[in-house]
Formats: sequence, C-alpha cells, structure tokens
Amino acid sequence: MLELINVGVTLDGEDGKVEILKNINLKLDNKKIYVMTGPNGGGKSSVAKAIMGIFNPTSGKILLDGVDITHKPITERAQLGVGYAFQQPPRFKGLKVHELLELSAGKTHACSACDLLYDVGLCAQDYLNREINTTFSGGELKRVEIASILARDLKVALFDEPEAGIDLWSFQRLTETFENMNRNTDTTIVIISHQERILRLADEVIMIADGTVSEITSQEKVLSTIEQFDKNCRCAADCDREGYRNVNFA
Amino acid sequence: MLTSLDKNLLKEIADIDDIPKGAFNIRKNGQGIERNVTENINIVTKTDKPGIDIIIKPHTKDENVFIPVILSEGMDDLVYNTFEIGEYADVEIVAGCGIHNESDQKAQHDGVHEFFVRKGARMKYVEKHYGEGDGKGGRILNPKTIIEVEEDGVAELEMVQIKGVDETVRDTEVKLHKNARLIVSERMLTYLDQVAESNITVELVGDNSTAQVISRSVAQDDSKQIFHLNMRGHAECRGHIQCDSIIMHNAQVSSIPEITAFHGDAQLVHEAAIGKIASDQLIKLMSLGLTEKEAEDKILEGFLK
Ligand SMILES: Nc1ncnc2c1ncn2[C@@H]1O[C@H](COP(=O)(O)OP(=O)(O)O)[C@@H](O)[C@H]1O
Ligand SMILES: [Mg+2]
Repeated sequence: MLELINVGVTLDGEDGKVEILKNINLKLDNKKIYVMTGPNGGGKSSVAKAIMGIFNPTSGKILLDGVDITHKPITERAQLGVGYAFQQPPRFKGLKVHELLELSAGKTHACSACDLLYDVGLCAQDYLNREINTTFSGGELKRVEIASILARDLKVALFDEPEAGIDLWSFQRLTETFENMNRNTDTTIVIISHQERILRLADEVIMIADGTVSEITSQEKVLSTIEQFDKNCRCAADCDREGYRNVNFA
Repeated sequence: MLTSLDKNLLKEIADIDDIPKGAFNIRKNGQGIERNVTENINIVTKTDKPGIDIIIKPHTKDENVFIPVILSEGMDDLVYNTFEIGEYADVEIVAGCGIHNESDQKAQHDGVHEFFVRKGARMKYVEKHYGEGDGKGGRILNPKTIIEVEEDGVAELEMVQIKGVDETVRDTEVKLHKNARLIVSERMLTYLDQVAESNITVELVGDNSTAQVISRSVAQDDSKQIFHLNMRGHAECRGHIQCDSIIMHNAQVSSIPEITAFHGDAQLVHEAAIGKIASDQLIKLMSLGLTEKEAEDKILEGFLK
C-alpha cells in the first residue's frame, strides 16, 4: 500500500518559490487501478514525480507498505518497487531498445523482451536492436517507455498519459495489457489519463486540480458527468459552466 | 616476440587475441617484428624512410589487414605508411596504437598514413588509440591521415581514442572525386589533464561526392578537447558534419566548424553541440534502479559506442 499524507511540493522556480502540490492525501491499495485525471497543469505529473522521488516533498510523508520513503533517493525507491513511465521520455544516443529493457528487468526477472514489445503494439524484430535516438517518433518512444515499466516487478507502477501518440489498435492492446497486469500481479497501478477507455479500467478516479486532490470518485460518476457535459455544452474546451472545474478533459 | 603485455595491447587496439590470420604487420618499439602477406595483399618495407607500403590488388574481396603499433617503453617513434587499395577491392584495415609506458620518459608515436582508394574500391579503416602504465612519462600520439578517394570509391573511417592517451593531435585530410563517398565516425574520451585536438578537412572535388563526419566526445576532469571540422565543396556535392560533446567536471571543449562552398550546387551542413549529460536521461535510468554513477556510465558508454 502506498500512502501520501499531507504531501506538499514547493520548487525553486526562476521567479522564486512555486508551490506546485499542497495537502495531497491518498491511500492506494495493492491490486487496484487508479486513474488520475484533471485539467492540464493541475499537478498530475507532479504527484507521480513526488512518488518516484524526482520531486522532493517539502512537507508531509510518503509511506510504502508502512516504510517512510519521503526522503529516499530515486534509485532506492526504484529498488523498493516504484516505477514511473514518463510523460515525456528522454531519447538515448547509442542505447538500444533491448538494452533498456534489460536494464529495467534487472538480472533476476526472466522476461521476454519480445512479449513486452508486443504488449505495447511494437514488432520486436523491428525494434529490439534500434537505438532510442532521434529517429524514434513520439509514439514509438512512449511505447518503449511503457514496456520498460512493464518489464519490472513493481509494487507501484505509474503511467503518465500512456495513450499519447498511440494508434487505435495499439491502444486496444495497451488497455488489455493494463488489465492483465492487474489480474496477474498485486501491483498498485496508477494511470494518468484523459481517455474514456482508460477511465473505464479504474477502481477509483482521482481528480487533481490546482495542485491538490479535488475529488476521489468512481468511473461511473466521471463518465456520466462527461456525458451530461457533452449534452449540455458544445464548447467543452473553454467553458465556465458549473461542474467543469472537476472534469476538464482538455 | 610478443609478451603477454603486448598481447593485451593488441587486444585493446585491434581486438585480436593472438597472431591474426591474413595480412598483417606488427611494429613494436620502432621495429617491425612480425609480418605476413597474402596472395592479394603485399607489405613492403620502405627504403627511404621508416614505414611500409601496403599494396592491395584490384578486385581483392573480404580480406583484412592488421597493422598495429605497440610501444612498451619511453621512446620517439615515427613512421610513414602508404596504402594502395586497388580498383574495386573491398577491404578492412585495422590500425591502432597501444602504449604501455611505465617509465618517466615520454612514449610518442607519430604516424603518417597515406591512402589511395582507387576507382570503385571500398575501404574501411579502423584506428584505435590506447595507453596504459603508471610511469610519469607522457603517452603521446599524433596521427596524420591523408586519403584520396577516386571515382565511385568509398572510404569509411572509425577513429577511436577511449583511454590513456595524454596528448594527441590528429590531422585527417580527405579528397573525394566523382561519386566518391566518405563516412567518418570519431569517438573520443579524455580525462585527468589530457589534451586532444582533432582536425579533419574534407575536400569534395568531384560531382556527386558525399561526406558524413560524425564526431562524439566526452571530456572529463581537467581535460581539453579541440575540434576543427572543415568541409569544402568544390563541385555539386553533399557534406554533413555532426559534432557532439558531453562536458563534465572542469573540462574544456571547443568545436570550431567550417564549411565553405566554391560551387553553387554544394550542400553543406554543420551541427555542433556541447552540453552536460541530460538530467532526464539520468533520472530515467535511476528510476529503473541504477545509481547515479551507474546511470552516468551507461549513458556515456552508449554515447561513445
Ligand atoms: N520543474 C518545474 N518547475 C517549476 N514549475 C513546474 C515544474 N514542473 C511543473 N511545474 C508546474 O507545476 C504545475 C503542475 O504541473 P504538472 O504536474 O506537469 O501538471 P499536469 O501533469 O497535471 O499537466 C504546472 O503549473 C507546472 O507549470
Ligand atoms: Mg502531466
């Protein structure tokens, strides 16, 4: 179980300090899928980074199975079983897909790189020996990134907008992959997404806005709000109607 | 005779465990010590100055030539080698210099290599430089490489310096005739207070000649690197230089581009970048469980591969 208690993150920005997260309280159970959603800039990626240790909490506590990991470095959290698929993964000159997957899987985990790539809709033959350099498209890069997280044995797996740049067919595979992971492991799965198909996987939906948790709700409630919203309003992109604050799928 | 130390050096620079098969010439401490020639590849000692002529018959295919140089003591070694790659031959030449210097006297090897890649021939030239030993004497390597590629010829150069060379100035001059092609890939790592300079000048004189120079380097500690990569287009031609450096600690890197077109249809591009290791790359690998040091090593290893 992963617990965030009153977590706040303040960063030193160019114009002084910026508070990007405040009073985040979450209790995330094993073997559940949580979908985190909310307006752009609301703080979703920042929550994931605080859990991974990329952002250091300036207040509050993070507990993993009761162990305080609030101030543990990234490497140590990774070794304890936290994994994060970046929203914008980096490219690596000279590092091949199979090398990255081997790094992620570690020595103990006997994984098949081919299956991993298949799970994200990539053909292993075409990709295993390719360098993750500028010849990779955004969508290809995202899928390798997701595969690098699937390769690991994790207590907590965070996926940041995994659907970005992915075609429909692969998207179908990807949702099945999340379902399988949920069925076959005890991993706590957190998916940051705006996609209805992903929302439908959620045991709980966490709404993040203005740097904090605005609501924890069910997929039914979110989906019906969207439906209602679509009926009432044709200008979802920039609308001040009541209820919009909670369900901005821009 | 080859000692185990020599064999280790040979392994580092030419990736060979023992006396290679095919044509080779091993030079140690200023003298040729082992040589083999084949039906298609002849090696002859020069009579007017130190060095050898390597003559590869036209249409020779799938053969290798090894011409490593090793120094195991402090000394000044100077050598002139000339390579004649006959028409339509296709060969790989593995050169390289390894220095093991335990003395406090400098060990220096200056080599002048001249290549004639004849019509339609294809040559891959691999040159690795490596130094070791605890002596205070410097390990110094100054190679000069001059290449002329005739019509339809291809020259592919791989120049690598990863470890233990205190000072180097490498000069490379290439002339490309009609339809000739050049691919250069240079890899360099310097550390402590090593100094390295690489000057590459490519003259594209024939129509439809193409050249691609990719240089990647890592400068650590207090080391210094200077790159002058220069392309001159005298005909309808295409040239691309890409010079990428990772800088760490208190190192210094200068990358000085020069492209000159003497012809309206010359297309030349130069890209140069110097920067530290991208922090998102480090964070990504650390989030897979690597320590910061392991992540750094992995990134540099890939970059210099
Ligand atoms: N490294 C940073 N430095 C300063 N501000 C940041 C940094 N990263 C994110 N922010 C700010 O924090 C807020 C939340 O960002 P983010 O977590 O990326 O939102 P989301 O993922 O929900 O779109 C935004 O206003 C963003 O500009
Ligand atoms: Mg985000």
